[in-house]
Amino acid sequence: MRSKTFWQAYARNKAARFGLVIMILVVVLGLFAGVLFPASPWDMVNAPFLPPLSDGALLGTDTLGRDIAAGIAYGARVSLLIGMTSTAVAVVVGVTLGALAGFFGGWVDDALMRFTELFQTIPNFVLTVVLVAIFTPSQRSIISAIAIVSWPPLARLARAEFMSLRSREFVQAAMTTGQSNMAIIFREILPNSLSPLIVSASLMVATAVLLESSLSFLGLGDPNAMSWGYMIGSARTVIRQAWWMSFFPGLAILLTVLALNLIGEGLNDALNPRLSRQGKA
Amino acid sequence: MAGLARFFGGRLIKAVAILFAIVVMNFLLVHAAPGDPATVMAGEAGAGDAQFVAQLREQFGLDRPLVVQLGTYIGHVSTGDLGFSYRQQKPVWELLVQRLPATLVLTASAFALALVLGIGLGTLAAVHAGTLRDGAITVLALLAYATPIYWIGLMLILLFSVRLGWLPAFGYETVGAGLTGIAHLADIAKHMVLPVATLGLFYMAVYARLTRASIQEVRDMDFVKTARAKGLRESTVVFRHILRNAILPVITVAGVQAGQLIGGSILIETVFAWPGIGRLAFEAVLQRDYQVLLGIFFISSVMVIVFNIVTDLIYSLIDPRIDLAS
Repeated sequence: MRSKTFWQAYARNKAARFGLVIMILVVVLGLFAGVLFPASPWDMVNAPFLPPLSDGALLGTDTLGRDIAAGIAYGARVSLLIGMTSTAVAVVVGVTLGALAGFFGGWVDDALMRFTELFQTIPNFVLTVVLVAIFTPSQRSIISAIAIVSWPPLARLARAEFMSLRSREFVQAAMTTGQSNMAIIFREILPNSLSPLIVSASLMVATAVLLESSLSFLGLGDPNAMSWGYMIGSARTVIRQAWWMSFFPGLAILLTVLALNLIGEGLNDALNPRLSRQGKA
Repeated sequence: MAGLARFFGGRLIKAVAILFAIVVMNFLLVHAAPGDPATVMAGEAGAGDAQFVAQLREQFGLDRPLVVQLGTYIGHVSTGDLGFSYRQQKPVWELLVQRLPATLVLTASAFALALVLGIGLGTLAAVHAGTLRDGAITVLALLAYATPIYWIGLMLILLFSVRLGWLPAFGYETVGAGLTGIAHLADIAKHMVLPVATLGLFYMAVYARLTRASIQEVRDMDFVKTARAKGLRESTVVFRHILRNAILPVITVAGVQAGQLIGGSILIETVFAWPGIGRLAFEAVLQRDYQVLLGIFFISSVMVIVFNIVTDLIYSLIDPRIDLAS
């Protein structure tokens, strides 16, 4: 990838630049949460029900006197960590299955696509809820559950890419020179199908962040980590008295997911220039 | 008519296959869960009752080989026996049937609202591409796409119930009002506004973006030029020629996403205390009532399959070239 033209293409999209700035802020907030807020986000640091802009609590405190701003900073860690990890797992699973289906075709393709179809029919969110509830909420069960419902679109995409690339001349040439299937898959086809995969993976992180927040909203978050969804879920019943407890964490989710979506679109513009120019009238 | 019968026949076989896979998955989940299958089935509340656990062990033959157990389990499910909720002291099936209508009303209304508004706004944006109106619709869709729906629900409650006092925030009717007839229906409708709007909003955004993109692709095709050259009115060109062709991918995606709509109802029903399957799921999560949760997973899969068949039917109505039987 010629990085200079890549950045030029990316930066041409104003919204994508905006997304990147927000994302950097969220990452910095997550990384330096411990420096900005040395106390644990679970500690009662102030009087409960303090409205925003109170002394010592910029965004107010919750029903137990915990600092909302601290919760948001520590929550950024959880959201990004789970969003990225579960996407990484989903990418590995989805691309592997899709690559096998697209490369080998025939009954392998049939079987794998049936399997994928099954997972696409199943109501996603219900399955994540069931999985996390049964395997008890932990970082590991949440990441696995999100990955399990997220891989099918990637498998389909990878399959389509592999199917079309496999009949191209450079792949045929590699085959005639007697390269192994593994070498062809990893050295010839995969590098050439990366750009659409990167774009959808970046959009998938956004979905994963939303999923994680929904799980913790329902009380299925990692009980050891403060997360945005948990903050909203526990403030839900006092919405009449204290809007700020659910407002700010929600805003954090909104901005993060929006930023990830904008970055995804920017990547799309930069990596698939032909497609994106057509899309804009 | 024969085509229709064959369509339903084929769909039924596929549906049964998918449901079978889901039942097997449920079975495996119970066995893969940490702890003894009988205590998992009993749920946190029932696990303390030794007699109930022993009864479950007996009923599902939990000391026999796994394959036999699977057979017993499938036998139970195929007769509509989805287990017994110890906590609620009711068969799971009964609980589900009780809660199903509320969820169906909620999701179907939200789905219809999202489709109509989404396609409408998407068309508006595409027709006025590049103008302020297009920009506004695009930004709105982008925001709706990025906002957690439960949070939108809470914010709408804050605005319309707490601040303005226009709409009720919880439940599906005014408790103890003793309303009948039209007044009762109006009361329910009032309670529906916020949950339906919240659930529909996200999907409206999805459909609006899709419609806009789809119209962009179709608008310069030859048949559209022909229609214009014939001197047809602009509205006829847009609705009868462009939209009718552009709408197909939207409906395909809508069908695929029906499942997510039902998942979303867990969140919406939790926020608005809507007495449906989703609320039941939330209660089951709190009480670790796994039998109920697995039953919900089963019934929501059935709902997805039904939604998919309905969208296929809509598809064939819009595009008569599609032969349902094939």
